[in-house]
Amino acid sequence: MALLEIQNVTRRFGDFIAVDNVSIGIEAGEFFTLLGPSGCGKTTLLRMIAGFDLPDGGRILLNGEDLAGRPPERRPMRMVFQSYALFPHMTVEGNVAFPLQMAKAPAAEIPAKVAAALEDVRLQGFGKRYPHELSGGQKQRVAIGRALVTHPTVLLLDEPLAALDAKLREEMQIELINLQKEVGITFVYVTHDQTEALALSHRIAVMSKGQVEQVDEPSRIYGFPRTRFVADFIGHCNLLSGPVLANAGGVVTIDAGGLGPVRVAVDSTVGVGRPGTIALRPEKIRIASTAPAGTSDNRYRGTVAELLYMGDVTVYRVETSAGTRIEALLANSQSGRAKFFEVGDPVEVSWPVDAGHFIAE
Amino acid sequence: MAHQQATRAGKWLVVGPPLLYLVVFFAIPSLIMVLASFRTPGEFGGLAPLVEDGRFDVNLDSYARFFSESIYAEIFLKSVGYALLTTVACLALAYPLASLIAKSPKKYRELLLLLVILPFWSNFLIRVYAWMIILGPNAALARTVNGILGWFGHEPVPLLFSSFAVLVCLVYVHLPFMVLPLYANLEKHDQALLDAAQDLGANAWQRFWRITFPLSLPGVYAGAALVFIPALGIFAIPDILGGPEDSLIGNVIKQQFLETRDWPFGSVLSIVLTVAALVLAGLAAWVARRNLATPSSAREARA
Repeated sequence: MALLEIQNVTRRFGDFIAVDNVSIGIEAGEFFTLLGPSGCGKTTLLRMIAGFDLPDGGRILLNGEDLAGRPPERRPMRMVFQSYALFPHMTVEGNVAFPLQMAKAPAAEIPAKVAAALEDVRLQGFGKRYPHELSGGQKQRVAIGRALVTHPTVLLLDEPLAALDAKLREEMQIELINLQKEVGITFVYVTHDQTEALALSHRIAVMSKGQVEQVDEPSRIYGFPRTRFVADFIGHCNLLSGPVLANAGGVVTIDAGGLGPVRVAVDSTVGVGRPGTIALRPEKIRIASTAPAGTSDNRYRGTVAELLYMGDVTVYRVETSAGTRIEALLANSQSGRAKFFEVGDPVEVSWPVDAGHFIAE
Repeated sequence: MAHQQATRAGKWLVVGPPLLYLVVFFAIPSLIMVLASFRTPGEFGGLAPLVEDGRFDVNLDSYARFFSESIYAEIFLKSVGYALLTTVACLALAYPLASLIAKSPKKYRELLLLLVILPFWSNFLIRVYAWMIILGPNAALARTVNGILGWFGHEPVPLLFSSFAVLVCLVYVHLPFMVLPLYANLEKHDQALLDAAQDLGANAWQRFWRITFPLSLPGVYAGAALVFIPALGIFAIPDILGGPEDSLIGNVIKQQFLETRDWPFGSVLSIVLTVAALVLAGLAAWVARRNLATPSSAREARA
């Protein structure tokens, strides 16, 4: 049994089902992320784990014990709030000492524990400051130090990096990974930012409309999305949909509207005539004046309709003769040439049959 | 240049009228009072002529009288006591009320606040007289209280014309002045702080005592000042609802000006009252600043 078991948990607000029969098992020492767009129920689920909200149905178990009767202050879990929620009338030390005082830790031990927690979050020397004297990143660290000082079983983080600017967010991501490794505490992390989820997590649960769409490792979530929603929500994705025309030798052919037949490798059997979607990552698509001949690749002629020059890569939107748009990503790795194609250039896009991922519907 | 002059003129246009008002109706009367306190009372009230027999009649007689006759210091201390009791009782009643309003759904808050200030729509004296009826010997309240006392074999007690009546009315009149600043403070509190405290292991009492209360202190101090200062100088309530023992410093001052017609001594009492109120308010502000501390002073230092 997993450390934290969420079993068939449901939460309704009037007619709205915020969390719909969700079951997840989170292992000890895991960095687990609940990922989804706003309103998908991830924060509601986190608040139920913390105890601020109670499920209408289902159970939440920690080490096999049902938490239903325990208020937040009596759960061995700590939450890091999006707004940090530092106590403005207490110093950094006062904030970090607070949970120790609440736990009735001997007064003589508190200073050493506070100092150790501040060291964990690299805030030595900031103990006497007040929250308003700290930067966003420092406040964030105080919030994490305060949550970790009593060595909780689980740390819950509610979009903790959302208020930071991009550069600082990246730094804090690396720190969070290191910190989690160091303290070995189970992290349950909520975010709507898919790159953050991919970078940080051991496993991700992608949520939509109160339901879990897929629970998997980041590389599998990205590479093998189980539903159309996951494919679309995580990163950029070309989604080609249509009925299955043929299924032979581990290759499925679908009739993708204007593009005509598109082939994709599968490892399961799919009935002919059933609807399906091919999820195709832009970076797996080749774009050239003429696609190399003599392969079994899917290949389509078109013109560059739009391009986004991003520095390291360029995103091309190619419009095929039938009007379908295909997004392709090209690394600007060749020195001396910033861009390969201009808007209006005739090009050919191609991809091997094993580049796409087939999603049955 | 011209623009700068224009802004300066604009500034005076804004600051000027209230400043003028304060000078005419506050500063000058206070100065007159200070000057009067060094004069001799006139034979038929008012002040004796300033120049008599070719010399200025300026003296410290009234001050000497205040400090030599202990009755005035006693009345003064009693007034401070009543004002303190009123402040504490208002705080005890207003805190839960303000907290309730701050926590109620937004659409009800304005209505509840309106109810708090509703008494201001009727005249102060009328509201005080209303208490004469409520506390009167034939009213239900007195009959009930004395009925219960009778069961225990106790003599009936009058509710009206007593310290009890004075205190009840003092609290009633000043309660909104405590509720409003407390509400203004509590309404701004961030629920996330209480959630965080709870998550960090604080029970309901600890959340109140360690988070809500310290953060509400500016409201507490503002409310306390707004209640204590007017309660210290009140005279109408003891006049109407109090017994002979309930004469407060405000009553004595009123007496000096309207009955005894000893303006210099009335002025001395007024000055002592003003200074005492200022000292106590200053003390409260100093304590407030030290408690809240360091955040605000550090903010000033950075600004």
